[in-house]
Amino acid sequence: MNTVLQAQGLGKKYGRRWALSDCTLDVPAGRVVGLVGPNGAGKSTLLHLAVGMLTPTSGSITVLGEAAGTSQRAKVGFVAQDTPTYNRMSVADHLRLGARLNPGWDESIATKRIERLGLDLKQRAGRLSGGQRAQLALTLGISKRPELLVLDEPVAALDPLARREFLQDLMEAVAEQELSVVLSSHLVSDVERSCDFLIVLVDSRVQVSGEIETLLATHYRISGPRRDEKSLPSAQHVISASHTDRQSTLVIRTEQPILDPAWTVSRLSLEDLVLAYMGRTSAPEQNNHRPVLEVQR
Amino acid sequence: MIEFHLDERSGVSPYQQIVQQVRNALRLGMLRIGDRLPTVKEVVAQLAINPNTVLKAYRELEHEGLVSAKQGVGTFVTQTLADTSLAAHGPLRQDLQRWLTKARRAGLDDESIEALFLATFRTAAQEDIA
Repeated sequence: MNTVLQAQGLGKKYGRRWALSDCTLDVPAGRVVGLVGPNGAGKSTLLHLAVGMLTPTSGSITVLGEAAGTSQRAKVGFVAQDTPTYNRMSVADHLRLGARLNPGWDESIATKRIERLGLDLKQRAGRLSGGQRAQLALTLGISKRPELLVLDEPVAALDPLARREFLQDLMEAVAEQELSVVLSSHLVSDVERSCDFLIVLVDSRVQVSGEIETLLATHYRISGPRRDEKSLPSAQHVISASHTDRQSTLVIRTEQPILDPAWTVSRLSLEDLVLAYMGRTSAPEQNNHRPVLEVQR
Repeated sequence: MIEFHLDERSGVSPYQQIVQQVRNALRLGMLRIGDRLPTVKEVVAQLAINPNTVLKAYRELEHEGLVSAKQGVGTFVTQTLADTSLAAHGPLRQDLQRWLTKARRAGLDDESIEALFLATFRTAAQEDIA
């Protein structure tokens, strides 16, 4: 198994609005994937399609080698937005429910985690702190021993300490079990440490996806005397551009070294890289002939 | 045993930071031959980073011959950097001091000195790669 998630021209329409359109993705197994984009970009839609809670309007999505939502439900764990739990049920009830519903349930993982977190088995979930509820939801997700764990904005509602603890435990689970993870966030900083693969989703479209290391190694900010971006070598793809009357500053993607001595070349942080792609859709798209997805790997 | 920490504003990738911290610990004698590095699980549980990041750092250290991984036991220090480089520090520092005096006499202020040093350092590093 080398592909955990594969989408071909995937789209989902609600009424007349496309929540996700023309999404083509190929995510290798064993990665921790960060799905980032502003609120309303279509992140949840993509994740719901991946776990089979939605059916595509167009195209196809394959998860762990099979069409999403069929027989692989036992192999996919899903922690929905805001890490929901059942308020009236106790911690122990949650574990019993998990054991009943999941054939691959690993009781030892569950009890060890609850013990280490110091959760009281008799406590109702509604009386736990936000961080503890998130950890309980994560425990349920991990203990079913999935091959793929999908988490929708798992840390958005958590304070910085709870956020760090959640990601620590998630990474520990990745190190222990052979687990692929897809997690969404509207903050790059949330995913920067933990993820090694990035998907940027803006306005229902995938703007870029790939190994974070590769993305960082192939994107540059270049600035120099003002010039038309059309005069750049064809191997340099302009992601964003801003011009003053004298100066041009561009974010470009290229596999080749930048030889033109007129440019001052610098590397981008992951956040700047994502912002460059996010800014791209809001700007009037003059060079529409450039395929938006050309940067996908 | 050492503990890693990450500086997110340094611009240095997390895996490079781990490699550098091990090298530094070896230089300063905080890690000695036979010491065990923290396991991948320990590092990710502490830093909340991707396990592949740690694996990559350890592989690079292994490639450099500084550590060696024993299946199922851990990653152990096999070489130290302490004595060889420490001895060279003194003379190098003297050279640098002399150069700094020269630069100040030529009228460079701190910022210019730093810019010149970094630019030269980066060019040299790039030439090494090329």
